Amino acid sequence: MWRKCWSKRSRSTVCAVSTDLLDQAWQVHPQASVRAEQFGALLYHFGTRRLSFVKDPRLLTVLRSLSDHHTARAACVAAGMQDDELASFRGALAALHKSQMIVERAGL
Amino acid sequence: MTVPSLVERFQYGLEAPICLTWELTYACNLACRHCLSSSGRRDPDEMSTEECKALIDEFERLQIFYVNIGGGEPTTRPDFWELVDYATAHHVGVKFSTNGVKITPLVAARLAKSDYIDVQISLDGASAEVNDAVRGPGSYDMALRAMKNLADAGFEGFKISVVMTRHNVGQLDEFQQLADRFRAQLRITRLRPSGRGADAWDDLHVTDAQQRELYDWLVAKGERVLTGDSFFHLAGYGESLPGLNLCGAGRVVCLIDPVGDVYACPFAIHDDFRAGNVRGPGGFAGVWRESALFADLRRPQTGGTCSACSAFDSCRGGCMAAKFFTGLPLDGPDPECVKGHGAIALANVNRMQVPKPSLDHSHRELLPLTPARRPARACDESPVADIAGCR
Repeated sequence: MWRKCWSKRSRSTVCAVSTDLLDQAWQVHPQASVRAEQFGALLYHFGTRRLSFVKDPRLLTVLRSLSDHHTARAACVAAGMQDDELASFRGALAALHKSQMIVERAGL
Repeated sequence: MTVPSLVERFQYGLEAPICLTWELTYACNLACRHCLSSSGRRDPDEMSTEECKALIDEFERLQIFYVNIGGGEPTTRPDFWELVDYATAHHVGVKFSTNGVKITPLVAARLAKSDYIDVQISLDGASAEVNDAVRGPGSYDMALRAMKNLADAGFEGFKISVVMTRHNVGQLDEFQQLADRFRAQLRITRLRPSGRGADAWDDLHVTDAQQRELYDWLVAKGERVLTGDSFFHLAGYGESLPGLNLCGAGRVVCLIDPVGDVYACPFAIHDDFRAGNVRGPGGFAGVWRESALFADLRRPQTGGTCSACSAFDSCRGGCMAAKFFTGLPLDGPDPECVKGHGAIALANVNRMQVPKPSLDHSHRELLPLTPARRPARACDESPVADIAGCR
């Protein structure tokens, strides 16, 4: 389960490669909705009734194409992100995961 | 994803509102003293079922995630449940405010089934005595019955919505206990001098000492409490409370009233803050995006006399509607400014020139009929003499 692996990852980097969320397949939660805004996007989750804000228009592109890519990394690269930017996008995706806006997608 | 820079972005407005209040009707079974929309009687020009559905279609196109439905008492509209079903079927979530009058066990069971519906029960006292003095006799029992029905139906996390007054600030812990008892969430908001609240303001608004008490309570125990972002004027006390801490009028917030008029915020039902009507050719989107009033509200605010104050960055001058309906200039302090600047400003307001709400749908109280008086003398036909005589 992701929770287990995540708590592990936060303590060490032992499983960082295998559980790096950039290397996993994701999708926007079926109960979440994404709206484009000039600053990026607004997300709303109908289940948790929470709003999230995305402050980079490229992340909007990533969110909209998550389901089309085998990994989040591929979606990020396709959206024009450079390698040195991936760390901050990993953080953003982690936050969206934590708030259940995105969920793991089965099957690579 | 830090909030401060987002606030700057929000100042210039969004593609569509985040927090849209839609008052479906001015009709209400109650006559609360502080009603922000002076509700009571239905407006004959109220939008029809078909017009409401067309508006919901537009919400869906604009990806307005959810609407806050209110009134009046929205459940008194015969098509209320039809409209709620229509909205949720079109991916528009509904959070509706009610005094509980129609929340029967059957209705509660239906509501509990949907992820797309949230319910907010209005209650302004943790005891019948305090509540009913503001909301009318029997309204406390009615609200508690609705809460019990929701809890029994398994509806977790519905909201208990409290407008803070000087009579209920001391009951904050009791409100929280009530919410815990029903597995509900407490929501407290600020009283505004809007609608009938203008007349009730002097009697109901919290005292300076209570403002501090309220702020301290929110800092200490408010983590699970919703506030509708309405207490940002208290940020002048120290640390900011959670939320955007920004007047969202016309930027992230607006109100659509029962006849389709769009106002900058639910507390500003006045011609000066009317941006347009959804029945116009551009629909709601046209008003939201093109209105000159909204464009003006989205310009950076100067802060006026407040900009010299050390607290301005946190309180941003407070609530526009609170200033307007107490006769204060919009670029000056909030009437409840925690630094005391509002009190000084209020002393200079000519109360005869304070703006009145533009609409009043209050129930008309019938004056007791008295028999026509006969003139005191046959030749004395002027009633004035009579009135002067009994002064």
